[in-house]
Amino acid sequence: MRMSHIFAAVALGLGLTGFAADSALAAGKTKAPREVEWHHDGPFGQFDRAAMQRGFQVYKDVCSTCHAMDHLRYRNLGEPNGPFAMVAPRNWADEGITPVFGAPGHGKEWVNANENPAVRAIAADYTVTEIDRTSAQEVERPARPADRFKSPYTNEFQAAALHGAAPPDLSVITKARPNGENYVYSLLTGYKEPEHGETAPGGATNLHYNPYFPGGWIAMAAPLSEDQVTYADGTKASVDQMAKDVTTFLAWAGDPKQEERKSLGMMVMIYLLILTAFLYLAYKQVWRNEKH
Amino acid sequence: MSGPSTYEPKSGFTRWLDARLPVIRLMHDSFIDYPTPRNLNYFWTFGAILTFCLITQIVTGIVLAMHYNPSIAGAFASVQRIDRDVPFGWLIQNIHSVGASMFFLAVYIHMFRGLYYGSYKAPREILWILGCVIYVLMVATAFLGYVLPWGQMSFWGATVITNFFSAIPIVGVPIKEWLMGGFAIDNATLNRFFSLHYLLPFVIFGVVILHVWALHHTGQNNPAGVEVKSSSDTVPFTPYATVKDLFALGVFLLMFAVFVFYLPDALGHPDNFIPANPLVTPAHIVPEWYLLPFYAILRAIDFNVGPIDSKLGGFLLMVGALVMLFVLPWLDSSKVRSMRYRPLAKIFFFIFVICCFCLGWAGAQSPDLVVADLGFMKFTVTNFAQVNTLYYFAFFLVVLPVLGLVEKPGAVPDTIAKAVGGHGEAAAVAGQKGS
Repeated sequence: MRMSHIFAAVALGLGLTGFAADSALAAGKTKAPREVEWHHDGPFGQFDRAAMQRGFQVYKDVCSTCHAMDHLRYRNLGEPNGPFAMVAPRNWADEGITPVFGAPGHGKEWVNANENPAVRAIAADYTVTEIDRTSAQEVERPARPADRFKSPYTNEFQAAALHGAAPPDLSVITKARPNGENYVYSLLTGYKEPEHGETAPGGATNLHYNPYFPGGWIAMAAPLSEDQVTYADGTKASVDQMAKDVTTFLAWAGDPKQEERKSLGMMVMIYLLILTAFLYLAYKQVWRNEKH
Repeated sequence: MSGPSTYEPKSGFTRWLDARLPVIRLMHDSFIDYPTPRNLNYFWTFGAILTFCLITQIVTGIVLAMHYNPSIAGAFASVQRIDRDVPFGWLIQNIHSVGASMFFLAVYIHMFRGLYYGSYKAPREILWILGCVIYVLMVATAFLGYVLPWGQMSFWGATVITNFFSAIPIVGVPIKEWLMGGFAIDNATLNRFFSLHYLLPFVIFGVVILHVWALHHTGQNNPAGVEVKSSSDTVPFTPYATVKDLFALGVFLLMFAVFVFYLPDALGHPDNFIPANPLVTPAHIVPEWYLLPFYAILRAIDFNVGPIDSKLGGFLLMVGALVMLFVLPWLDSSKVRSMRYRPLAKIFFFIFVICCFCLGWAGAQSPDLVVADLGFMKFTVTNFAQVNTLYYFAFFLVVLPVLGLVEKPGAVPDTIAKAVGGHGEAAAVAGQKGS
C-alpha cells in the first residue's frame, strides 16, 4: 500500500481531507505526477542501494552543474543506510581488510563515514577553497568527508545572476514538493512538445514545456538524454532509468534517517500494542465489579 | 467536593513534611482518593491525554531549543541539522511537530465533549473559561512555533497573521509593527517569536493547574449531567480513572506513533521545506489544519458592511468565533446539562460538528473554487464558508438560547448510580446510550 494511500485513508478517518488536497497543483492545467512503485515505499520499504549510488552519479554528472545541496556533507553518503555505507570487521584498518558496501551483520559493523574509502574518494574529487590561518591567504585543498557538498556557485547571488532565478537547492526537494518522488520523476521524464501548439507565457523563448510543472512552462531545459552518464555498474542509462535513480538518491538525501525511522517505528508499534493490550486487561480487571 | 482528606502519612519524614507543606496530601486527595463519577466514558480520558501532550511538547521543545538557531540565516539549516546530525534529533523533531497536531486533535475532542455534555454550565463556568484561555494560548503557541523552521509557509503565515492586526482602526498598524519588531517579518520577528514560543507553554501549564483546581473544586461533569449526590455515584480516581486513562493513552499513542514513524510530514505543508523567501509568494498560503476553520471564517467576509471593510469584518468574526466559546455558559438557556437527554439540541450539535469540518475544508481550498454551479450563480468555496460561518454563529446566538425554552427534554436520571444501575425508566434511557 502506497504511503499516500495510507495517508488518504487516515486523513479521511480524521475528517481532515481538506488539507490533503494539494492546492499548489490545483492551479492551471498541471498534470498530476505519474505514480511509480518505489523500493522505499511502505512501512518496511528500504532504499534501493544500487539505485542510490547510480543516482548520486547522475546528480554529480548532471544536476550539480546548476543545483546545490547545501545541507549535505560528503560523509552523509557513507553514514548508516547511506548510498555508499560500508561494513567491515571492527579492526579492519589494522588488519588490512577492505570494507565492502552492505549492512552490518556476520561480524561486520558500519565503517565510520569519515574513514569510508568510497566516501573519501568521492570527496577527494572536489577542490575546496579556504583561508589558511597562518598566511591569511586563500588556499585550495581536496575536499574531505566532513566538507559540505560543493556548491556550483561562488556566492548566493551568482545562481540568480546566471539563471534568472536561482535553481532550487535539492537537499530536501522530494519533501518540498507535493507527492515529491513521483513529482521529481515525472518532471524529469515529462518534457515534450507543447500540446495544441501552446506557447510560453509572454512568448518567452527560454522556457520549456513540461505538463507536470505548475503552469506548464519551466526554465530548466530537459536535463537528461539517453546514455548521458556511463554507469559504473553497467546499467543501461535510459532517461527513465536515470530519472528513477536520481529520484531515489534525492529521496534518501532529503530523509536520510528513513530506514532507521521505520525500523525503530516497528519496535515502538509492537511495544505499544502489547502495552495497550495489558492496560486493557488491567482496566477490565479493575472495573470488573463496578457498574459504569 | 472531595470532602475531608483521607491521607495518612506513614513514615516519619512524610509526617514531618505533611505538617509543613502538605504536597503529598494534595496529590493524594487530587489523584488517588479523588471521587470520580462512575459513569465517565472514554471522552473523559482526554484530560489525561492532553496533560501528556503538554508535557511531551515541553520536554521535546526544550531539547530542540538546545539545537535550534533562531536567526533568519541559520534557522532552516539548524532544523535540517537536527534531522540529520543530532542523535535522535529526527525523532524528537518529529514528535514535536506531529505532537502539535495530536495536541489539537485531543483538545478538539475534549472541547466537543464539554459542549455535548454541558460541562460549561453552572457551577463550571470558570472551569470552562479557563479551558478556553488554554485553547487560545495553544493557538498562539502553535502559530509562533510554526514560524520557527523559517520555511515558506512559516514566513508567509506570519505575514498574513500579523497583517490581521493592521485591520484594527488607529492602533492596528502600531500593534502590527510592535509584533513584528520592525516594518517587515525579519530577524527581529523570528527572535521574539522564539522567545514567546518558549514562554507560552509554561503559561499554559500555569493555567492548566488552575483548570484542574477548578475541576476538582466543582467535581467532574459526567455523561448523565447530574451532580454527584452520594458515594455510590463515584469510584476513587486511582485505580479506576487512572487505569482507564492509561489504556486510552495507549490507544492514542499508537496513532501518534503511526504519524511520527511513518507519516511525519503528512500533517505539514511541503512548502515549508522551501527556505523562507520574501520575494516569492506561495501559490496558496494556508495555516496548519487545526486553524483552518478560523481561517475559513476570516476569508468568508469578502464584502464591506458600512464603515467595516471586509478585512476588519473577517478579523472581527474570527475573534467573535472564539468569543462565542467564552460566553457560551450564558448563551445556553437549557436547565438540562447533558445533550443525551436533549433530543433537539443533539441534532443541532451534530450539525455544528459537521459545520466545523466543512469550515476546515473550506479553509484549505482556493476561495474562488466553484463547489457547485447553480445556474444563476457559481457557488464558490467562499459562499460555502459563508453558509457555515452563519450556522457557526447561529448555533451559539440563536439555537442554544432558544432551544432551552422550547425543547422538551427526555427523562433525566436522579443520580449517577441510577443512570448506570438499571433502576427505573430514566436509567433505561441512559442504558440505551451504552454508558
